[in-house]
Amino acid sequence: MASLTPVSGSADLRRPLPALLRRPGFVISSVFAVLVCVITVVPQVFAGLFGHGDPRRCDLADSGLPPTPGHPFGFDIQGCDLYSNVVYGARSSVAIAVLVTAGVLVIAVVLGGLAGYFGGWVDAVVSRVMDVFFGFPALVGMIVILQTLSVHNEVTVSLVLILFGWAGLARVVRGSVLATVNSEYVAATRGIGASVPRILLRHVLPNSIGPALVLSGLNVGLVIASESALTFLGVGLQTPAISWGVQLNTAQQYFTTNPHLLIFPSLFLTVTVLSFVLLGDALRDAFDPRLRYIR
Amino acid sequence: MTETVLEARDVVRHFPIGGGVLRGPAAHVRAVDGVSLELREGETLGIVGESGCGKSTMARILAGLDRPTSGEVRVLGRPISGLRGRAMRRVRRDVQMVFQDPYTSLDPRMSVGDTVREPFLVHPDLAPRGERDRRARELLEIVGLNPDHAGRYPHEFSGGQRQRIGIARALALRPRILVCDEPTSALDVSVQAQIVNLLDRLKEEFRLAYVFISHDLGLVQHVADRVSVMYLGRVIESGTQDDVYDRAAHPYTQALLSAAPRPDPGLRGEREEIVLEGEPPSPAAPPSGCHFHTRCWKADARCAVEPPEFRRHEGARPGGTHLVSCHRA
Amino acid sequence: MLESLPGFDPAAPLLAVDDLHVEFGAARVVNGVGYAVEAGETLAILGESGSGKSVTARAIMGLVRPPRGRITAGAVRLRGVDLLRLPEESRRRLRATTVAMIFQDALSALNPVLPVGFQIAELFRVHRGLSRRQARARAVEVLDLVRIPAAAQRAGDYPHQFSGGMRQRVGIALAIALDPKVIIADEPTTALDVTVQAQIMRLLREIQREHGTALVLITHDMGVVADVADRVVVMYAGRVMEQAPAADVYARPAHPYTEALLGAIPRPHRRGRPLAVIPGAPPDPARPDPGCRFRQRCSYASEACEEAPEQVEIGPGRRTACHEWERVSGR
Repeated sequence: MASLTPVSGSADLRRPLPALLRRPGFVISSVFAVLVCVITVVPQVFAGLFGHGDPRRCDLADSGLPPTPGHPFGFDIQGCDLYSNVVYGARSSVAIAVLVTAGVLVIAVVLGGLAGYFGGWVDAVVSRVMDVFFGFPALVGMIVILQTLSVHNEVTVSLVLILFGWAGLARVVRGSVLATVNSEYVAATRGIGASVPRILLRHVLPNSIGPALVLSGLNVGLVIASESALTFLGVGLQTPAISWGVQLNTAQQYFTTNPHLLIFPSLFLTVTVLSFVLLGDALRDAFDPRLRYIR
Repeated sequence: MTETVLEARDVVRHFPIGGGVLRGPAAHVRAVDGVSLELREGETLGIVGESGCGKSTMARILAGLDRPTSGEVRVLGRPISGLRGRAMRRVRRDVQMVFQDPYTSLDPRMSVGDTVREPFLVHPDLAPRGERDRRARELLEIVGLNPDHAGRYPHEFSGGQRQRIGIARALALRPRILVCDEPTSALDVSVQAQIVNLLDRLKEEFRLAYVFISHDLGLVQHVADRVSVMYLGRVIESGTQDDVYDRAAHPYTQALLSAAPRPDPGLRGEREEIVLEGEPPSPAAPPSGCHFHTRCWKADARCAVEPPEFRRHEGARPGGTHLVSCHRA
Repeated sequence: MLESLPGFDPAAPLLAVDDLHVEFGAARVVNGVGYAVEAGETLAILGESGSGKSVTARAIMGLVRPPRGRITAGAVRLRGVDLLRLPEESRRRLRATTVAMIFQDALSALNPVLPVGFQIAELFRVHRGLSRRQARARAVEVLDLVRIPAAAQRAGDYPHQFSGGMRQRVGIALAIALDPKVIIADEPTTALDVTVQAQIMRLLREIQREHGTALVLITHDMGVVADVADRVVVMYAGRVMEQAPAADVYARPAHPYTEALLGAIPRPHRRGRPLAVIPGAPPDPARPDPGCRFRQRCSYASEACEEAPEQVEIGPGRRTACHEWERVSGR
């Protein structure tokens, strides 16, 4: 019998990586994301680019001064170099953002996936727990827990943010798993006798994680903002610590007189969030063969 | 007498509807309500019926994808109701399913080669590691696809080609029985012909027996040796292809046959047309007595009260198995 | 209002599509389709998916709109008045009152949050200027006309409360409400069961007989066509392959594609034999081809087919677009 040829298709874009590298969105966003991560790991290299590079060498005489040579971002209210502060601030902020996003994603995928796949009482229990966390006033909960913990570092803040952040994403995962589980290809895989882990990991998960990935990228910004809110309330990172959240909070009060205090940290924040969002988007597309081709 | 390879006895499947976590279900949809079938070696059993008659639920039960509420399914003589784990997996090899919609029955994220190879990963004893690639390519070739396209993804193929991929996957386990649930209803006529011919060829090559489910009477007549007609979860008539198509005894079968359009304008106005009133009632609240009495032009008082027995048709040929469930037949 | 528009000619066909071309991006979906239908006539447009049969209908209805789709050439004439050249406003009014469409999925034509009676009444209020009460009375009349039992009560129901067949009746009610001259039915019974399909086709036939409407029936089902059509247009890859009176098409197809389609239908007397198959797959609409679009799959193809065949008149009301038609119909 004569062989039939598929409708369309070009050869080398079938693997995820080459396809990814041809997407400008992915290349630019991953360069930025990597840069931000490098800054997080070795801030001293970047902090010293323009001036002395020490975020703690402050002179009150410089308080709130606008940018000058050697101090491209100017000085904050304490008279510290704002540029090196922003660079060092990336450390806590990005660390918390990455930790929380990863933690939330893992919990959401596991619980949401199980609830969606098994349904019945598993779903009932998970869904009720999600409802509890949804209905609970998260901010109050976070304050109470952090207050009792009395240790306020990146890890504790992250844990608290994960605890109150997973429910929303889990609901999204549950929904898309539910849609995937009822598809015929899952029935077909069950029909050949595949085990539950195989069905879940090979078929259900890859086909339902897309929306969760995109949402996680968007969450990065929210997490950094939440961290700053906790700091503002006095239960987040404590003042000797440097983070974008702390900086943004202080800057709010001086926005009318010293706008650069707000502009520079938020510029960094925006670029970081944007690159993570684009990264999530590009990754989702790349792992979906239908979207892999550049239009 | 040839061996019976697949048998269903009084299969019932009720789906709960409504209700919640703590309350019981508000009602039950009686999707399948006591169906008995028998498929013999090398035979094609057609199941016809309109939407909601339970034919697709029956397909899933026969393929082991769903468990009956009560009743029994036997594959090669072994009951499968109690089986789990390894034993169930062994039975699954013998019954495979071809799905209705080629657009949703393939994982969009898996290359077709991986899709066809997957059965070998689940049943490693079927093919040694080094063999699997070759076997998958072979299967693609058998169903009429270019094995060099194994690296492509489902969206790169047309509907008919996807259906071939689904068939290749089903064949990987060397099943004895293929349950085809409306395998061509999503396809164009010319493509349907390709798939029907392919199934016909594979039947010989792989010594398969088919359960062929469709709403298309003409198609079932073409492929089936024996036919069961379903209405609201029950088989109302069954027999050989000739019994059902030429000597239909149940009013519903007669109406169904008369309503099916024929591709012959010469018959226009010639053939007797029975146009039924209304639509099939909901399987959540089937009518009393004979399920069909609400739409039947032959129904009398008895039909509304007393469910007819599924019995041998009086007009059946000696030794024949023409069964019908009607007081008036 | 038709009479007052430019180009009006009482002798011209009621609805005529002429050399229509439609593109969706790079895909040339309709490549020069032409057909005409007269009052009281049933014209079946027969074709498989991708043949352009539905797109042509949507173009007639003004449902092909930029940026997605573009009508690049051709005309859609109602008694000589070219719809595509009219100003938007009069085109819209004309379409609403003279051409109506019935969709495969009646739900897509209905607003899910409004009662069906209200939606039909709305037509009378907008286009006939009836009062709320009059319009409602007319809506109930129309629902009664499509044989919906207890129409007065059901008028208050929402679309999802109707079963599949009843929903399609509502769709038909919506289409015939303003007493159109042409009804275009796009696979009206494909989603329905056989017994319900028979009811709907019977209803359509009766409405057509009573009102003298022209019916354009778009379908892939050769059984339905044989049952109801007066004339048949066979489409493939955005072109008309053949058009002829229904009986002729079935008895003596004059195009290889029609012949192959007919061979692919399972029939009782050919049981046990393989079905005739059209090898290969339809051409990619994004890759234009100067030749006959069917030639790669055609058993009659010759060198002449490298050039697209013109439609030729081969008998009363019969046209075919095939260089080899004599060999096809001569057998």
